[in-house]
Amino acid sequence: MTSVHTIDSVQHAESTPDLPQPYLELGLADDEYARIRDILGRRPTEAELAMYSVMWSEHCSYKSSKAHLRYFGETTTDEMRAKMLAGIGENAGVVDIGDGWAVTFKAESHNHPSYVEPYQGAATGVGGIVRDIMAMGARPLAVLDSLRFGPADAPDTRRVLPGVVAGIGGYGNCLGLPNIGGEVVFGPTYVGNPLVNALCVGAMRAEDLHLAHATGAGNKVILFGARTGLDGIGGVSVLASETFSGDESAGGRKKLPSVQVGDPFTEKVLIECCLELFGRGLVVGIQDLGGAGLSCATSELASAGDGGMHVELDRVPLRANGMTPAEILSSESQERMCAVVKPSDVDDFMAVCAKWDVTATEIGEVTDGERLVINWHGETVVDVPPRTVAHQGPVYQRPVARPSTQDDLRADTTQALWRPSDASDLEGTLVRMVAAPNLASRRWVTEQYDRYVRGNTVLAQPADTGMIRIDEETGRGVALATDCNGRYCELDPYVGAQLALAESYRNVAVSGAKPIAVTNCLNFGSPTDPGVMWQFSEAVRGLADGCRELGIPVTGGNVSFYNQTGDTAILPTPVVGVLGVIDDVRRRIPIGIGAEAGETLLLLGDTRDELDGSEWAHVVHDHLGGRPPRVDLAREKLLCEIMIAGSRDGMISAAHDLSDGGLAQALVESCLIGQTGARVILDPDMDFFVQLFSESAGRVLVAVPRTEEPRFTEMCTARGLPWRKTGVVDPESGALDIQDVASFPLDVLRTAWEGTLPALFD
Amino acid sequence: MKIGVITFPGSLDDVDAARAVRYAGAEPVALWHADQDLHEVHAVIVPGGFSYGDYLRCGAIARFAPVMTSVLDAARGGMPVLGICNGFQILCEAGLLPGALVRNSRLHFVCRDQWLRVENTHTAWSSRYERSAELLVPLKSGEGGYVADRSILDELEGEGRVVFRYVGKNPNGSLRDIAGISSPNGRVVGMMPHPEHAIDALTGPTDDGLGMFYSVLDSLVAA
Repeated sequence: MTSVHTIDSVQHAESTPDLPQPYLELGLADDEYARIRDILGRRPTEAELAMYSVMWSEHCSYKSSKAHLRYFGETTTDEMRAKMLAGIGENAGVVDIGDGWAVTFKAESHNHPSYVEPYQGAATGVGGIVRDIMAMGARPLAVLDSLRFGPADAPDTRRVLPGVVAGIGGYGNCLGLPNIGGEVVFGPTYVGNPLVNALCVGAMRAEDLHLAHATGAGNKVILFGARTGLDGIGGVSVLASETFSGDESAGGRKKLPSVQVGDPFTEKVLIECCLELFGRGLVVGIQDLGGAGLSCATSELASAGDGGMHVELDRVPLRANGMTPAEILSSESQERMCAVVKPSDVDDFMAVCAKWDVTATEIGEVTDGERLVINWHGETVVDVPPRTVAHQGPVYQRPVARPSTQDDLRADTTQALWRPSDASDLEGTLVRMVAAPNLASRRWVTEQYDRYVRGNTVLAQPADTGMIRIDEETGRGVALATDCNGRYCELDPYVGAQLALAESYRNVAVSGAKPIAVTNCLNFGSPTDPGVMWQFSEAVRGLADGCRELGIPVTGGNVSFYNQTGDTAILPTPVVGVLGVIDDVRRRIPIGIGAEAGETLLLLGDTRDELDGSEWAHVVHDHLGGRPPRVDLAREKLLCEIMIAGSRDGMISAAHDLSDGGLAQALVESCLIGQTGARVILDPDMDFFVQLFSESAGRVLVAVPRTEEPRFTEMCTARGLPWRKTGVVDPESGALDIQDVASFPLDVLRTAWEGTLPALFD
Repeated sequence: MKIGVITFPGSLDDVDAARAVRYAGAEPVALWHADQDLHEVHAVIVPGGFSYGDYLRCGAIARFAPVMTSVLDAARGGMPVLGICNGFQILCEAGLLPGALVRNSRLHFVCRDQWLRVENTHTAWSSRYERSAELLVPLKSGEGGYVADRSILDELEGEGRVVFRYVGKNPNGSLRDIAGISSPNGRVVGMMPHPEHAIDALTGPTDDGLGMFYSVLDSLVAA
């Protein structure tokens, strides 16, 4: 490195109060910059400016969403809170699942990076959420991915989807975490803005919960894992640009893409190293380094603890020459963790890291007082109250306005659209729907993910929910599902968010597990658009009110704004993840029919003429308008209780949630997954098309062994859950026979269902 | 009986191999890559995963691990060794088995339940099966295509050292549908599919894989 960089120390900042600073380029507004000067009583140093700018960004500070997210806390009752060991504000929510086990889970978006660089964007999304789970002291157990892409046949989808899927597989498979579920959805608004939401679940003994607290003056701060480089620096490179003339030729330095590059092997080793450190009780507090890197880790650790921390930044191991303090503080290099360790444990800590060949460096210590002080070669470059960086960022009350177009959208229902009525039209529609990109088999995607590793996967895709065994002795396990229908949310974000919650809740229940907690990943357009903020506030209210009614808490979440191309926002997409617990995974309910010798098919719930926003309207008419299906959370709760009772007493041999594509889709999938035919008799008094394709919520298709049928139906009747005998499983026929519609040979259905994605992406 | 399961940094299916050993009624012993000591085990499993990240070539670094020196010596002395997936790649790199594993023909990682046919029931790891029995076992790998010179393939076939063959559509481009092979004395077996993930129909497609772990116990008792 040839150029000489003058260190912008605190002293230097005090002596040059009027030096112009590139805060606008770093994304800070005038008043935000003024507030920083106010907090510090001087201008910030370059390093401080870098810290505040990344920590006060929308991504880290939730400045546009915070005012709305408070509603989650306000609607959480003490009863809902009883099982929560840690909630919103920690790295991930933690819930008590019984037998001394605690489970932590969280989702996070990596949307924009995955558009820019699909493989690395998606890979590092998995890496980041896994470290969040580790930061709670848990062993990561499984991942799920909720994905949205442009139309399946759009040219850019061919670029983005294979890269995202390979990135999730490439990283997750190498970590040894089974991928047990998620979603793949195609829609026109996601074409320039795919959504890549990764969810991770982990478990620990309840007493091993680790929180990101830096307590105990004199305790050491240890940075461990990968070295810190120039990747993922993003906007902060503005600070460096003027200090390096012609930096392309400067030794050892080159501009790197702002999307980080992942190294899953380093992360795998880091996982095992962390778990050994936890197991030996060598950690007081721990924080992962994700967005905003060391800026985030040091300021959050310090502000959540006693408040003071001293860091010698020049001790940070680097992989690039000549990095400035600002760059080191904002680098988003992957696979790094920061721990607070008692001085007497430092040697043991270092020995564990050495065993795993993990680089570990003592970079500072916890101090008395309320300042985060960071030195660079003997000069102080940061001296701030850490809470002002981590938690006291700006909070905006963005304008909120219901779009004027909303009434027209709701008035434009599907009633006027052509509907198939005779048998041959229904037959053609069914085969066409089964092959539609949003309903076709996801096997092309999920086959690239390892669902078996660690040997505890009890259910995985194409099941409605993923299920993992946690305790091999007792069989205790957890189930997880993620869901969201963006079309419903566009029509009515309040109801749409509740429908996402209801579907995810129902999917967990259908497996026989009891839903106990909720996380979310709220993907929306620009918060500067009052219409988007209306969608956001409605969705938050809908979700929070829904959780209160179901009696399960939101334990954490993630907000992703600015998902739009030009002025066009994505459909509001509040992805809802529901966690359930099952006492014994051996009682899980699979999807596929035909496990028992004789089974009756029963449809639970009410079917109404609800086709607005449906997959049918989208596929056949490219239409979106009207009102989403009605949501009835009391009914969902009842349905859930029936499913759990059915699982516990062995009354149900298979079950499948009805959602996109309605009964037709559920029947096809139940037959194909079970490799067994069925005979179905529709209700002669109700329109066949509505019965087959309506997307009314609160419905489940169950297969009940003949011997259990009276007991099960009596229970439904006694509890007030409508049920209808819809057909029988027919192992001999090799066909799905829908009386008075058509008989569909399973191989014809399989070709239609499984052929779509390979034809598009192979 | 003690069966060692090696853990390299980046090993993933070591816990699963140990569980399979336990299910078969033997005692799994954890072997660490940096430790030459085999802790008096009677057989060794080299498990699946991505040893040392496998950024260079699968198994290329693991073969140099200190523990592998001991495994090679022991295998030459007749100790049963099973390499699964990454373990198969490592055994090929180490020269205990011929040939190599290359990227799947479709270039994607593939995770699926795969039918295998048992071709040789005279190895230390396959004696419990009936010849031509078909097993349903998970296959999950990105570099699972078995390749070797024609002369080696002919030799393997001629000596009956093809232990498992894929049934139905070839999932990864393996030559002659080869899923697993053995050493000339039948003590060392390498295979891409994962029998340790087929030990319980709760967590795998079947329990068809359990037979391999019973087989090796039989061979140890007989020895």
